[in-house]
Amino acid sequence: MTVPIDILRFNTCGSVDDGKSTLIGRLLYDSKSLMEDQIEALERSADITGGGQINLANLTDGLRAEREQGITIDVAYRYFATPRRKFIIADTPGHVQYTRNMVTGASNANLSIVLVDARLGVIEQSRRHTAIASLLRIPHLVVAVNKMDLVGWSEQRFFEIRAQFEEFLPRLDIKDVKFIPLSALNGDNVVDASPHTPWYVGPTLLGHLETVHIASDWNLQGFRLPVQWVNRPNNPTDASLHDFRGFSGQIAGGIVRVGQKVLTLPAGVVTTVKEIWTYDGKVKEAFCPQSVTLVLADDIDISRGSMIIGADYLPGCTTELHAEICWMHPRPLQAGKKYFLKHTTHTVQVIVTELVNQLNVATLETEDQPEALAMNAIGEIRLRTAKPIVFDGYGTNRLTGSFILIEQGTNATVAAGMLLPPRETVKSENGDYVI
Amino acid sequence: MTSYHLDHLQHLETEAIHIMREVAGEFERPALLFSGGKDSICLLRLAEKAFRPSDLPMPLLNVDTGHHFPELNEFRDRRAKQLGARLIIRTVEEAIAKGIATVAAGEISRNRLQIPTLLAAIEEFRFDCCIGGARRDEEKARAKERFFSFRDAFGQWDPKNQRPEIWNLYNGRLNPGENMRVFPLSNWTEMDVWEYIQREKLEVPSIYFTHRRQCVRRGGQWLPVNNLVPPKPSEEVRDLVVRVRTIGDIISTGCVESPAATVSDIIAEIAAARVTERGSRADDKSSEAAMEDRKKAGYF
Ligand SMILES: Nc1nc2c(ncn2[C@@H]2O[C@H](COP(=O)(O)OP(=O)(O)O)[C@@H](O)[C@H]2O)c(=O)[nH]1
Repeated sequence: MTVPIDILRFNTCGSVDDGKSTLIGRLLYDSKSLMEDQIEALERSADITGGGQINLANLTDGLRAEREQGITIDVAYRYFATPRRKFIIADTPGHVQYTRNMVTGASNANLSIVLVDARLGVIEQSRRHTAIASLLRIPHLVVAVNKMDLVGWSEQRFFEIRAQFEEFLPRLDIKDVKFIPLSALNGDNVVDASPHTPWYVGPTLLGHLETVHIASDWNLQGFRLPVQWVNRPNNPTDASLHDFRGFSGQIAGGIVRVGQKVLTLPAGVVTTVKEIWTYDGKVKEAFCPQSVTLVLADDIDISRGSMIIGADYLPGCTTELHAEICWMHPRPLQAGKKYFLKHTTHTVQVIVTELVNQLNVATLETEDQPEALAMNAIGEIRLRTAKPIVFDGYGTNRLTGSFILIEQGTNATVAAGMLLPPRETVKSENGDYVI
Repeated sequence: MTSYHLDHLQHLETEAIHIMREVAGEFERPALLFSGGKDSICLLRLAEKAFRPSDLPMPLLNVDTGHHFPELNEFRDRRAKQLGARLIIRTVEEAIAKGIATVAAGEISRNRLQIPTLLAAIEEFRFDCCIGGARRDEEKARAKERFFSFRDAFGQWDPKNQRPEIWNLYNGRLNPGENMRVFPLSNWTEMDVWEYIQREKLEVPSIYFTHRRQCVRRGGQWLPVNNLVPPKPSEEVRDLVVRVRTIGDIISTGCVESPAATVSDIIAEIAAARVTERGSRADDKSSEAAMEDRKKAGYF
């Protein structure tokens, strides 16, 4: 066996009954990722509820409440591996009211699979899911045209659906799109190529998942280290550790090297990287998304929530923010309300100053100045934070351009936010940085 | 040219370290649940990676059911000592004596009883966060678990009312009495765990490797012969060459016949295995919804 070389994270979305659960079950089943006892449990439940027919969808319909209601209600994660790659699937549900779950499942994805029922073609849900994938800047999209067996494996139908997508795709921000005709129920073009689609020359779904290029999905430009934890051993006996002061965090962008000049924000002080610590020894350079501990040449006031950055690509640093958000809570967002905003490792108070617009995902048109943003609404807002935050546009860096809003009192996570690029970046003035 | 590329274990590792450090940054009184099992062995290494050269900024906590394999407890104590970590042990026995946990008529398993024991320990030390080694691939109910899993003042998990988890932004805010369980290994599979143990050259308790043991056939599995539930005359007892894949209590941990004597052997065995590891735990087998019920009640 060769060791899997990397991980592809993907999510599946589609409307109820498009065949998501069947497709995931099929991927696991045909890639031989199911174990005897899982198959046994499937067969047992088939006898009880399925009249003896194995239902692949049962594999992912996990929770009892769902089984009782016969629906998937939350995000479930599945794991499988082939000799080429490891896969993490976020199974995200298709109901209108569950956009928040799709955002949750897709936020870390390299790739999204949007399922379409070949008989129905593009419906509002398909547009909604594609729009969310675009909003989240998921690098790769697969349009899986399912139930091809029910449209007689029609090439013409497949290309009609493709044309329906191509009408609105140019208005979105997705660079890589692949269309695949398949039948999840029978397994055509899922793992094995189908004899029914001689007109289709592309890869099977699994073939595509195994080979799509994801190494460039991480941002290697513009070093960013949001400080998570200050590492101070306070060791009275070990002289080498007595004065040790390291800044620990996961690199959110770029590459850092020993001897490199870095800027610490919001302090605005320039220093150099003296050492890069890891448990496995000191290293000369480190890159996103590694977790490291930096030791700096100068003694600077840095704490959790500070950011250490490379001075080549400068971020914004301000209290006035402009962002796209997805609202995730039954209590709607109203202008003027205060929340906590968590951005990288920094949590600050924030007030929502303006609701700029709301996106109609069915038409991809925006409506200006909405009264409120309700659960599952997507729109642009302005906010003012109590302290400046150091950020990039979400399109440049997913990790330093994203935030969540937390309701005060209940502590519920109520929104996912994507920052628009800063209007001004921090500026250098005689070697000092003005923010 | 350097390749700026992480393999799958390095990805899982940096994700888990990030989560460990978020715990240290966001909580006042965290604890790390350490049983001596393979998952929590990985957790400890990740804690070292997250916090060295400092001491671990949290104590280790173990709920001892009194039905543990002796090999496991010996290993647990030794490993904690090596790390210079503080190890807190609370026993089900003691919880029963204090009336914190009540035994039902005929109840032998300590599975249910470890729940009130853990909750009492959380209260005693006012822990606001417990790091655990659960993985989503273990079981269907776990597949929906978050990295930061919110528990209400009764320690309960509500699968319908979880906080959405977006990007790597974890919401750790709590009101008094509430609690967080954090699972840095959420995205790891059984295979990842063993590959990590191999890469990091981690020691694991001897019962994971092949050994001779008297086993009794019960509920479709080979369970270790023990004094707590001695074999009935009607039950088949055999001397087998076995190992365990996942460690629970001695009365419920299924042994699998295996010649695997090294970590590499185990990895090869898992690669070829056709039974998931929880298939060898009697406590989950009773019903598909068994795990879900226990989790709602505060099981980790
Ligand atoms: N004919 C046909 N039926 C399918 C196909 N994929 C799924 N189905 C059926 O469509 C129904 C809904 O599938 P399911 O996977 O539960 O949909 P979900 O709600 O998207 O998870 C089930 O009865 C499946 O058997 C397919 O490719 N062809």
